[in-house]
Amino acid sequence: MKRRTLLATGASAAVAAALGAPVRAQTKTKVGFIYVGPINDGGWTQHHHESAMEMVAHFGDAVDFVYQESVPEGPDAERAITQMCLGGANIVFTTSFGYMDPTINVAAKFPDVKFEHATGYKQADNVGVYSAKFHEGRAVQGFLAGKMTKSNKIGYIASVPIPEVVLGINSAYIHAKKVNPDVEFKIVWIFEWLNPAKEADAAKALIEQGCDVVLQHTDSTAPQQAAKDAGNVYTFGQAADMAEFAPMPRISSIIDVWAPYYIKQVQAVMDGTWVSENTWDGIGEGMVGIGEISSAVPADIKAEAEALRDSIAGKSYNPFTGPLNKQDGSPWLADGEVAEDGVLAGLNFFVEGISGDIPS
Amino acid sequence: MLRLEKRPQPSAFWTYATPVVAVILTMVLGGILFWFLGKPPVTAIKTIFWDPLFGDFAFYYRPELLKKAAPLILIAIGLSFGFRAGIWNIGAEGQYIMGAIFGASVALAFYPMEARWLIFPLMIAAGIAGGVIWAMIPALLRVYFKTNEILVSLMLVYVADVLIKAFSVGLLRNPDGNGFPGSRNLKQYPSAANLDLWTDTGIHWGVVTAVFAVVVAYVFFARHQFGFNVRLAGQSPRAAAFAGVNPNRLVLVCMALSGGLAGVAGMFEVAGPSGQILGSFPAFYGFTAIIVAFLGRLHPVGILLAGLLMALTYIGGDAAQSAMNLPSAAIQMFQGMLLFSLLSVDVLTNYRIRLTTAKVA
Amino acid sequence: MDINPVFLLAAVIVASTPILLAAIGELVVERSGVLNLGVEGMMITGAVCGYIAGHQSGSALVGFAGAAAGGAAVAALFGLLTLGLLTNQVATGLALTLFGVGLAAMAGQGYVAPNPVSVPKLPIPGLSDIPALGHIFFNHDGMVYLSIALVVAVWWFLERSRGGLILRAIGENHEAAHALGYNVRRVRFAAILFGGACAGLGGAYISLVRVPQWIDNITAGAGWIALAIVVFAGWKPWRLVAGAYLFGGVTALQLNIQASGLAIPVEYLSMSPYIATIIVLAALSGGRAPGSLGKIFHASR
Repeated sequence: MKRRTLLATGASAAVAAALGAPVRAQTKTKVGFIYVGPINDGGWTQHHHESAMEMVAHFGDAVDFVYQESVPEGPDAERAITQMCLGGANIVFTTSFGYMDPTINVAAKFPDVKFEHATGYKQADNVGVYSAKFHEGRAVQGFLAGKMTKSNKIGYIASVPIPEVVLGINSAYIHAKKVNPDVEFKIVWIFEWLNPAKEADAAKALIEQGCDVVLQHTDSTAPQQAAKDAGNVYTFGQAADMAEFAPMPRISSIIDVWAPYYIKQVQAVMDGTWVSENTWDGIGEGMVGIGEISSAVPADIKAEAEALRDSIAGKSYNPFTGPLNKQDGSPWLADGEVAEDGVLAGLNFFVEGISGDIPS
Repeated sequence: MLRLEKRPQPSAFWTYATPVVAVILTMVLGGILFWFLGKPPVTAIKTIFWDPLFGDFAFYYRPELLKKAAPLILIAIGLSFGFRAGIWNIGAEGQYIMGAIFGASVALAFYPMEARWLIFPLMIAAGIAGGVIWAMIPALLRVYFKTNEILVSLMLVYVADVLIKAFSVGLLRNPDGNGFPGSRNLKQYPSAANLDLWTDTGIHWGVVTAVFAVVVAYVFFARHQFGFNVRLAGQSPRAAAFAGVNPNRLVLVCMALSGGLAGVAGMFEVAGPSGQILGSFPAFYGFTAIIVAFLGRLHPVGILLAGLLMALTYIGGDAAQSAMNLPSAAIQMFQGMLLFSLLSVDVLTNYRIRLTTAKVA
Repeated sequence: MDINPVFLLAAVIVASTPILLAAIGELVVERSGVLNLGVEGMMITGAVCGYIAGHQSGSALVGFAGAAAGGAAVAALFGLLTLGLLTNQVATGLALTLFGVGLAAMAGQGYVAPNPVSVPKLPIPGLSDIPALGHIFFNHDGMVYLSIALVVAVWWFLERSRGGLILRAIGENHEAAHALGYNVRRVRFAAILFGGACAGLGGAYISLVRVPQWIDNITAGAGWIALAIVVFAGWKPWRLVAGAYLFGGVTALQLNIQASGLAIPVEYLSMSPYIATIIVLAALSGGRAPGSLGKIFHASR
């Protein structure tokens, strides 16, 4: 314990020395971002970066913004985060799940710096976690998919088997099934978040299998392009609006809206009011956006979808409301029972009706 | 016209001068690159090469440098035996991954038992075994089927890569990890953790082993019969055969050596700096080490220096990215340029450049 | 519920074309005795050059030409270093990959947008109407046909032409070929350029046809697979086609297996082509590598 603080005090002394003789009047708040991909990946990282830039635009000269892109998860991440702290960062956002342990480790050495880790679950006094309830958006997608499909076959390009993705599949399936009892889900796991060639091939395989709606939990627009080439296939934007593919094939989208959260947290640091929190916000709080439902969707269905969106936003409806059974038929949620956030955050099973296993 | 003429002996002067020339050349070329990107070239070069060693935060970067260089040096030392003997194991990346998988599996099998005296040595043995087994496949195929070891070892890298990705979401996944990919963190399991021996020095068991390997390799090449055999086999297989060197045994020994060192490097990495079996664990170290081996001219001391230089460009490069918002692609290009210039100036060591008149056909 | 073989095979051909293109180039390079491990770097350079050229000109043809030129340009760098400055081929090739991936990412900044140009399908009249076979083989874009034509051309060149004989002789034993008066360096340089151009075309097939868009790291390891295929094929052009379709096929197959709902653990399936390659390598004595592969040539006179 002593040793740890030794490094930290050594670090802050060195920072003070580095910044020269006049005592540093902390006028600017230094904000750091660690990204897992390049800032122009068209998906996850690009969205975080654009949100960060909105935050910078909001504060103007009051913040000093640094970032590092394409940081591999592992020891390099720990160094990248430390580097930012040594450089005088006041708050560091680490925007990928794999940065969890590195963030916790570095945070222990820099008690005065605040950390925000995206999509993780480990907190500390100076580490908060945040994520979005993407599955709320998936409910609206599932509804639209169930209504729009003619073949009753819905394709789902899944990325890595983690709770967030499993939640999304369940949520979409529940709401598609509700409006269309004949609906069937075909799920393809590609084990990556972003691999355009593989995503394109997966989309083509699903379309070839008769799916006329393809949902994706991967970041590139390659599936959109494949759907466009195929003709009568509906898709949804992921992470970004992907509006360039509207009105067809993209009929709506889930948008990650991080900027308000970033502005709020940086403001809290400036005000000295920052506390470690576990934030998991959805449509209602504005962290998940539902992109414009396009003209390809009939007006009455669009209205219903928007009503569903609003009921989730207003908290009058939870996408995981019983009765729901697990995949093996055993009961999960009783009639009217609502799943707790804690359960959802670690969900690792499919609901009844979905075929196939979660890879393990 | 310019012509290259082979020197009878490698030039002593250029042996030492070429790396310096190469680094200066890279600084100039890299400076131009950074200038093109609208960044101050001198600051960028200083951030990469000077600051990690002597800058304000050197107290943090120096240990990091050791941690980054250790696996590169360990793997490259192992490779240098085979490379000198004309045995081309380019699948060290796969052996490194297998060493990590084997080592971590042993630790996870014992979890949560606390018995460092038993578990840590077993992990080292398992790490070596993992690397050796993976290296023995191309070695045995070469000995018994005359199969090209370059290609078999390369293929096995892909297989190891698939395995670690599958294991990180399957077999070795942390049961208490909220369903996320990745194994338990070995750094938080005292019996298995490969932490700094003296806090914040960066010196973990992998670093110690790397230094030890450099010394042993030096002694072997300078004094031992085996080192002589290796060199002889590389320079003249026929002469080696006359001298009684069994070529098949040489293949097996050299491949086992490189596989074992790569494996143990993987184990030290997964138990220490990395901590986890993760899909992102393979970090190209096995391939980078090949470059390190050549930059070090297959000489143990050269490899030591080349490994440190390579680690410096990684660490300095990362520092430049966050300090100057340089794109990561620019750093990659810069590293490529450094390698190109280091490799190409080497020509001066072994060849003389002659101006010749046109009449020489 | 089950997989339609006609569409699967047609999909396999499209998925395999990039690696086939890159592999046919690398095959010629290796037959000349040079091991260029920088295929991934050349492919991704081709992918970005093709994208930019196509985007700027609006013409797919210009796009592919730009890709070939870009791939050949970075290959020329490799040639200058390995042939001119006698650097180690393995290390130089690895450095080329590092350099190429960085270069492509730099060049591609600001070009992140989908669908630069349309590459039309060119069904072959008559043949494309044959049931099943017509859709599998004769209903593709021009690059697919070109890739097959290149394989045929390379086969003819290597096995039937005098130039191919010289190239093979150099690959087998550069000292002897040199003694016979052949210009080892010139032939190898030409082979390296050809290899770079082919890799560039392969990369551009991904960024212009298969995906089609530019994203960092879009080739995602295809260049390494191309290297594997050359070995799998035992340096024989015809077997290259089988190898490329096998590798592409396993990828397409595992996605199709999942999409069709069959319960097969697919995670491990993706390593099967590599294991198959090793078995083929060990089993076929015909798969012997060119004699001078990877060795440095210096004409001491």
